[in-house]
Amino acid sequence: MAGSGINVLFMGKNFLRLLEGLWVTMRISLVSVVLSIPLGILFGMFLTLKNPLSRALGRVYLECIRIMPQLVLLFIAYFGVTRAFGWNLSAELSAVIVFTLWGTAEMGDLVRGALVSIPAHQYDSAAALGMNRGQTFLWVILPQTLRRLVPLTINLTTRMIKTTSLVVLIGITEVLKVGKQIIDANRFDYPTAALWVYGVIFLLYFLACWPISSLAKKLEQRWR
Amino acid sequence: MEETIQLQVSGLIKKFGEDTVLNGIDLSVRQGEVVVVLGPSGCGKSTLLRCMNGLETPTAGTILLDGEPISAGDRNITRQRQKIGMVFQSYDLFPHKTILDNVTLAPRKVLKRPKAEAEADAQRLLERVGLWEKRNAYPRELSGGQKQRVAIVRALCMNPEVMLFDEVTAALDPEMVREVLDVMLELARQGMTMVIVTHEMRFARAIADRVVFLDGGVIVEQSPPEIFFTNPRTQRARDFLQTFTYENRRP
Repeated sequence: MAGSGINVLFMGKNFLRLLEGLWVTMRISLVSVVLSIPLGILFGMFLTLKNPLSRALGRVYLECIRIMPQLVLLFIAYFGVTRAFGWNLSAELSAVIVFTLWGTAEMGDLVRGALVSIPAHQYDSAAALGMNRGQTFLWVILPQTLRRLVPLTINLTTRMIKTTSLVVLIGITEVLKVGKQIIDANRFDYPTAALWVYGVIFLLYFLACWPISSLAKKLEQRWR
Repeated sequence: MEETIQLQVSGLIKKFGEDTVLNGIDLSVRQGEVVVVLGPSGCGKSTLLRCMNGLETPTAGTILLDGEPISAGDRNITRQRQKIGMVFQSYDLFPHKTILDNVTLAPRKVLKRPKAEAEADAQRLLERVGLWEKRNAYPRELSGGQKQRVAIVRALCMNPEVMLFDEVTAALDPEMVREVLDVMLELARQGMTMVIVTHEMRFARAIADRVVFLDGGVIVEQSPPEIFFTNPRTQRARDFLQTFTYENRRP
């Protein structure tokens, strides 16, 4: 019998499996974000150095990571590295490495932008109060930079959560893949299952990203 | 006591690339003296002030504070700057901190003074400028004049020996200029050594012990204010003062 596709969600452990898939997505993206933020802050500071060599190096890294689609990076990390060096990285580790490399580059550029947007007179007035460079950075520049970064970082985080759906292609079973499996398994009994399953996945993504966005909004208002 | 030289500038030259902004400045400021630096735009007034606390490195010449040289890049410079307060044109408070935190940040982090002590000092000074009740506000909630008064308090909280004022009223709405100038007059009365760059001629006349007229990177004239404003010795000073008066050109 061809009942409503919604039943598919309640059969067996289907819904639980979707949640497990979502957890894989979140695990990869959150670990990558947590690694990318401190690394990106360091990389961003590195990008503001006056030294031409460090500038060029930073630029090359940033542009390489940006120009290459994340999918290519994933293939290189998962398949290429194994071929070239014989390192057998697990799919999830490859994904975390790639998304951290990408996140560090993007975050670094955001940090650089936030740092250079602090007006010169903030440095002057801190110096005029007798602060040394370390004190100026720690008490005056860094707090203002972090405030500017909050909305940008949240945006990057949600982008990362969404982009992790690419890891299907190196064989990781995340939420989208689970959905596809459920749909495929029920294609004949429940032809309308696709709509329901994808609808639920849409909702799950929304539920994952929305609290993060609203947290950002709150922080932004408090720190305006 | 009156004759103690606190700040001594000798042979100061400052070039930005090919551009010579200061071309041999000699100036001594006695303890408790109020020196007003006047001059047309771009004559090097601000650069002179910025050299005085090491924000700019002189191309040549020396600046002594209490007999000790000031030079940017030196490790000593942060210690020297603690003795020189500076207030800028663009009341640049720290936007992420409350008024109280703005004025106590440097005393606590640089001088390592206990919080209670720094706040007691801040209270005394903020009350003097009538802004203690704003202590928990953020700079964006204050008017320009209020921000500039806080900036003065912030510098005073370091107990400086000398205060530098770089066109502190230039960015203010006219009705807010007075409240800031009053604070400065009060400071002068209490015997603070001050070097002031301003375009407020009547204020300059009221507050100055000595007027230094700068043009083209050199000191053209130094006189007491009553002489400078009524009977300047040089033609260039006369021309400069002329630009501030409006004659009735109607027939």
